[in-house]
Amino acid sequence: MREVTLRVMIIPPDATAVKKLEKKSMVSYIYVGIPLKTQLGTESRIQLNDAFANVDDIQEFIASEREARDEVDRKFLTTSIKADKNTRMGVITDIKQELRKIGAFKINYSSRKGIQKK
Amino acid sequence: MAARNIPEINAGSMADIAFLLLIFFLVTTTMDIDTGITRKLPPPVEDDMDIDVKERNIFKVLINSADRLLVEGKAGNIGNLKEQTKEFIMNPYNRDDLPEKKLETINFLGDVWVSKGIVSLKNDRGTSYNMYIQIQDELTQAFKELRDDLSLNYFGVKFDNLVDDAKRDAIKKAIPMAISEAEPKDVGGK
Repeated sequence: MREVTLRVMIIPPDATAVKKLEKKSMVSYIYVGIPLKTQLGTESRIQLNDAFANVDDIQEFIASEREARDEVDRKFLTTSIKADKNTRMGVITDIKQELRKIGAFKINYSSRKGIQKK
Repeated sequence: MAARNIPEINAGSMADIAFLLLIFFLVTTTMDIDTGITRKLPPPVEDDMDIDVKERNIFKVLINSADRLLVEGKAGNIGNLKEQTKEFIMNPYNRDDLPEKKLETINFLGDVWVSKGIVSLKNDRGTSYNMYIQIQDELTQAFKELRDDLSLNYFGVKFDNLVDDAKRDAIKKAIPMAISEAEPKDVGGK
């Protein structure tokens, strides 16, 4: 039951030590991946809410997400980074830097629970 | 007044229809449960603040743009990263080149040697997200197993199954999740 229409293709990476994200209302999502529309190129793009965005928009996005929550809940706000597994870390690093600047320290790298490899 | 007999509706198939609807919604509803690796980002550093950490206390993990690993100056392998991390953190034989330990008194546990070891993770802008998550996963796994071991020793249950928050905190204090991520650098290009 997604609230947004995905405009980027996301195949999350597999991990074993994953935790369930609790309290979904306390989570804001940042999507990163290759645009679904092929004419938009193959460069990884960031999607916030329903539209494509740039790294500079993240601070504003987090601020508006905070605004939408109760004051008591604000410090529990988690940012979930939903990125495609073929994304380069450059984009992710930029996002992380922006999040640090605005003080959104709690993050979650969205990943599926994969099979334990031995 | 003549008795009007109401024509009866055949409700025999009602159960079938209800069942069909039930199956339909069961199949089409997706409940995407979000799972992931939770991390806490460090606050931004004020200009060039040098934090002094002794060389022996740092476990350096580097990932380059071709997703190759460099662990403590040597080419590494994701397969044994977990074991290496565990050995580094615990320093079971008190080796000189592995991290120092500090004796601390923690509730429930008594006196425990707490490792000062820090895992330093550095990646390139060209590293793939998949590889990064794999590494994060291995590191998380390493700490989780250490916590599990300690928890089994003292309380007889795994860390995840500990209900008492005070006990959880004690374990967390004894084995802090020390993963540091270096300020990003662009080496390999995009």
